Amino acid sequence: MGHEETVYEALDSAHGGEGQWAFGTGFDEPLAGVDTTVPDGIDPADLGAYCLMLGDDALVLAQRLTQWVTAAPELEEEVAVANIALDLLGQARLLLARAGSVGVLGRSRDTATASIPDEDALAYFRDADEFRCTGLVAAPNGDFGQTMVRLLAAATTRLAVFARLRDSRDPVLAAIAAKGVAELTYHRDHAARWVLRLGDGTPESHRRAQAGADAVWPLLADAFTATDVEQRLVGAGVAADPAGTREEVVGVLTQVLDRATLRVPAWPADAPPRGRLGLHGAELAVLLAELQGLAREHPAATW
Amino acid sequence: MVTTPTSTADPRGVAESVTDPELPMVTLADLGVLRDVRTEDDGTVVVEITPTYSGCPAMGVMRADLVHALHRAGFPDVDVRTVLAPAWSTDWISAEGRRKLAAGGIAPPGPAPERTTGPVPLSLGPTRRTASCPLCGSPDTVEQSEFSATACKALRRCRACGEPFEHVKEI
Repeated sequence: MGHEETVYEALDSAHGGEGQWAFGTGFDEPLAGVDTTVPDGIDPADLGAYCLMLGDDALVLAQRLTQWVTAAPELEEEVAVANIALDLLGQARLLLARAGSVGVLGRSRDTATASIPDEDALAYFRDADEFRCTGLVAAPNGDFGQTMVRLLAAATTRLAVFARLRDSRDPVLAAIAAKGVAELTYHRDHAARWVLRLGDGTPESHRRAQAGADAVWPLLADAFTATDVEQRLVGAGVAADPAGTREEVVGVLTQVLDRATLRVPAWPADAPPRGRLGLHGAELAVLLAELQGLAREHPAATW
Repeated sequence: MVTTPTSTADPRGVAESVTDPELPMVTLADLGVLRDVRTEDDGTVVVEITPTYSGCPAMGVMRADLVHALHRAGFPDVDVRTVLAPAWSTDWISAEGRRKLAAGGIAPPGPAPERTTGPVPLSLGPTRRTASCPLCGSPDTVEQSEFSATACKALRRCRACGEPFEHVKEI
């Protein structure tokens, strides 16, 4: 019997021969067997809202990166971008499952069919105003240079937060973060090498990388401002204070741009949170239409 | 309902024989993905596995393969659980697993890097990661792509024999 045959037989047997929800990410519950009890002193609603913020950042950036598949400048880079998106999708899946485990589903559970896992109901059946991602990840890709500058900025800010979350009082969040740190370090290094190559490359690549940085920097305006939810969770030892990551993020981004012979754009003044509160531009709705359209058109479709 | 296993087989041995869906030359035990196998008082076999990467799409197949293998060996009640902490490291791949990977044409990982969040290592040269060619043994190899056909591997090429090969990335 061929290996593939064994695999499919096992899958079929494990699910009693019933079809699979067609648009989900896999066959298993990502937190199966994990103790999802919320420790004392942590508000489950706040924890769920925070997991949505971190999960939505990863889901939306994964979808943005996936838009490069079939259009990347070279085959190796297409594989790279798809792999980075896959890591982020995995992080999103764990975080949305954690959010679901503490009861954030609300409207999306009413819309989605009961057979769909929590994390898929959250990914496919929430509208744009229910997403909690930042403008940094929701913004369109721009050209490849801008995409790499954005990936550098997003990986750097996320890595700084995840490094701190390894000590979160929520053990599930701490475990997801500890796993993500190694992945995000790899993403950050990959993006940094591209920014270096483009910035210190030809006049045209330099011009494009600089324009990319100029377009991305204003998106960092609310990167260091905490929402009320985050402030309460920082107090409870659960969340990382974004303000506390500023020095590290500024240091890393300045180092890379300097070395890439790019001018560091003016740092935007701190702005109140927008995306974290569900305030988004129209570009997120367009992205979600692409991400969610098929699943909503065929609710609970199986294959 | 309490059921009695109809098998005298060792559930640990059965679970340890299950191979990775993407790297069929190694077992889940060789990879360090299989964390624990135990039998509860009611006869349920509890298996603990940990994902390699957060987005590893093979987890579902691993879970199904474990359940299937244990069912076939006569254990009707199987509970495969995910453990997230501590996070998987390539350092957990056994010596036997490394030997099998190399024999299968895939360069095994070197020691995992220390976790730091310091500055980005800024060099346009090849990354510090090195790997000997699993086909001819030459250490003169170069990284072609930091990413490859699965999340856990990079693509390299041997300068001595000219062959491309995959390399399990150190994490």
